[in-house]
Amino acid sequence: MALPPYTSPGERIWFYAYRIFCGLVFFFLIAPVIVVIPLSFNAVPFFTFTEEMLRFDPAGYSLRWYNDFFTNPNWQGAVKNSVIIAFFSTIIATFLGTVAALGLSRSDMPFKSTIMGLLISPMIVPLIISAAGMYFFYSQIGLQGTFLGVILAHTALGTPFVVITVTATLSGFDQVLVRSAASLGANPTTTFFRIIVPLILPGVISGALFAFITSFDEVVVVLFVGSYEQRTIPWQMFSGIREQISPTILAVATLLVCVSIALLTALELLRRRSERLRGMTPQ
Amino acid sequence: MNTSATHSEIVKTADGIPLKVSLAKAQRKSRIRGILLVLPLFAFILLTFFIPIFDMLFRSVENHLVPEVMENTSKLLVNWDDRSGELPSEEVFAAAKMDFEKGHAERTILRVGRRLNYETPGFASLFRKTARRAKNFEPPYQDAFIERDKRWGEIDTWRLIKRESGAFTISYYLAAMDLAYAPDGSVGMRSETQRIYLKLFWRTLVLSAFITFLCLFLAYPIAHLLSTLPIRTSNLLMIMVLLPFWTSLLVRTTAWIALLQQEGVINDLLVGMGLLSDDGRLAMIHNATGTVVAMTHILLPFMVLPLYSIMKTIPPSYMRAAKNLGATPAVAFIRVYFPNTVSGIGAGCILVFIISIGYYITPALVGGTDGTLISNFIAYHMSISLNWGLAAALGVILLVVVLVLYYLYDRIVGIDKMKFA
Repeated sequence: MALPPYTSPGERIWFYAYRIFCGLVFFFLIAPVIVVIPLSFNAVPFFTFTEEMLRFDPAGYSLRWYNDFFTNPNWQGAVKNSVIIAFFSTIIATFLGTVAALGLSRSDMPFKSTIMGLLISPMIVPLIISAAGMYFFYSQIGLQGTFLGVILAHTALGTPFVVITVTATLSGFDQVLVRSAASLGANPTTTFFRIIVPLILPGVISGALFAFITSFDEVVVVLFVGSYEQRTIPWQMFSGIREQISPTILAVATLLVCVSIALLTALELLRRRSERLRGMTPQ
Repeated sequence: MNTSATHSEIVKTADGIPLKVSLAKAQRKSRIRGILLVLPLFAFILLTFFIPIFDMLFRSVENHLVPEVMENTSKLLVNWDDRSGELPSEEVFAAAKMDFEKGHAERTILRVGRRLNYETPGFASLFRKTARRAKNFEPPYQDAFIERDKRWGEIDTWRLIKRESGAFTISYYLAAMDLAYAPDGSVGMRSETQRIYLKLFWRTLVLSAFITFLCLFLAYPIAHLLSTLPIRTSNLLMIMVLLPFWTSLLVRTTAWIALLQQEGVINDLLVGMGLLSDDGRLAMIHNATGTVVAMTHILLPFMVLPLYSIMKTIPPSYMRAAKNLGATPAVAFIRVYFPNTVSGIGAGCILVFIISIGYYITPALVGGTDGTLISNFIAYHMSISLNWGLAAALGVILLVVVLVLYYLYDRIVGIDKMKFA
């Protein structure tokens, strides 16, 4: 964006100062995420750039931390647990959340905003409080330190995201379509599977992705409700940083950045698809 | 409904039921269907989330241990007047002997000692010492007790047992607010050296407010830039906001450890450029600085996104009109643009503030001692000191603060308007 020729010198200075400030803020946002990537290829167990790395000497780089990640049973167990826990809690959260969102979007639902507020409260209450409550209660009923306990806890934390995204999708849903389907002879079941589901599917999938990332990323609740048996990747990273910090954590971090890039792309594609289905031009 | 009066004029459905009745029935059915759809999730959240939270509320006041284990003593102590200046009667000492003997056999009495130790240090050892010998005590029991430990001859000891022998207690809340019972039973501030939590709550609020302010200061310009640039460029820049937002917070915390630590990237860079001597490396982590920097980075997207969505709705013609009417850019900004963004500022600030006062992971990893927040102490009492009652009381206080803020957020923005990128 070029400045028009009539701008005064003061305005010019202000404009460039503003641009530089914004550039610095963007740098602040992105630099820490980017810096872990080269550091994870470090040949020595340091958390900083060595002289060999700065000279781009191949000897300064190695894949040993990735090798450690893929062979160490602690990390491999963590990956397996993370996937199992996130998979089951996503399935349950998506099912319960979508069904509830269908109910909440009906125009005749009584106490709509109160129910909505209660259903999304697991997202609002600080994690340490949810973790404390669940830890005390689940240890009384024998769920502390079990997979079931962690899955239930993560499901509770993930459902608000499903409820919110699916309700948002349904708010743009044209009810006339349901009536036209009915008038064309479709029964409610057919209408649901042939008309409603295809239209809200992008919302359901992005809700599921949110629920998945919530569980996959969550560490506070799993630290208390779970134990070593249920260690997830964030659990292992947390204890790794606390106990003996090794660059394997940076290798894991790099892999997780790749996972988040993939998720971000998936969500963006879903958003575009959803807008196209609703007849809007994607931006 | 006046069905009887105008029977003949009533519109009926094909099967002869009045239309109004039929409609009401259909509406009721539809409403029930809606409720049935919401019910499974509601029941699930109730069981896995609300009941645990209520359990924590209950735990912060419940006190079953003392009246249960010291059953005989606490019943008799009800009748003892702790202001009389006299020790409880021989009968009470006899009851205490029974409770100690039984509690020693069942291995429960030491838990009472640990519980009372939260109130007055020294009770754990007093109970351990007494429990070992209680079996051999001979009447008169009062003398036997005092002979074992002279603290049994002090009125304050018995006052404490009497005070904590009810089924409920407020002592965890008193402890959470740095208050304590004086020996005479009145409530007052703890001594200067024992005050922890008020300072900690204050530090949590101050650091959260500071982080919120920093986020606003950094987010406002870039949200403005994102909302005014052509859509293609701003989408590209938006990735710079969304990528950190989507990256695991442990990854971001790890990154800040790598950057800020003494042997880390920033210190190495400064030493390499000759700005710092090798032994003058800055301590930027394991203190409040580390917490503030890392948390500002982690929470910045939560400020950018609401600001962006508000700024996106302000037509650029407003600013042009203001300038056209003679306002300088500064006046146009203060009088026209800024007032339009206030609701976004409110939403972003409350959101960031709510998240930061309950933050646990980042302060635990980079906070050291002066950068830890209230949640770190909740975790400490849960897993290390095992004073669950105090952990619960601190949690409840934090929860109340968050709910008040949440209520404000609802008034300003509306919960149902919450959306994600």
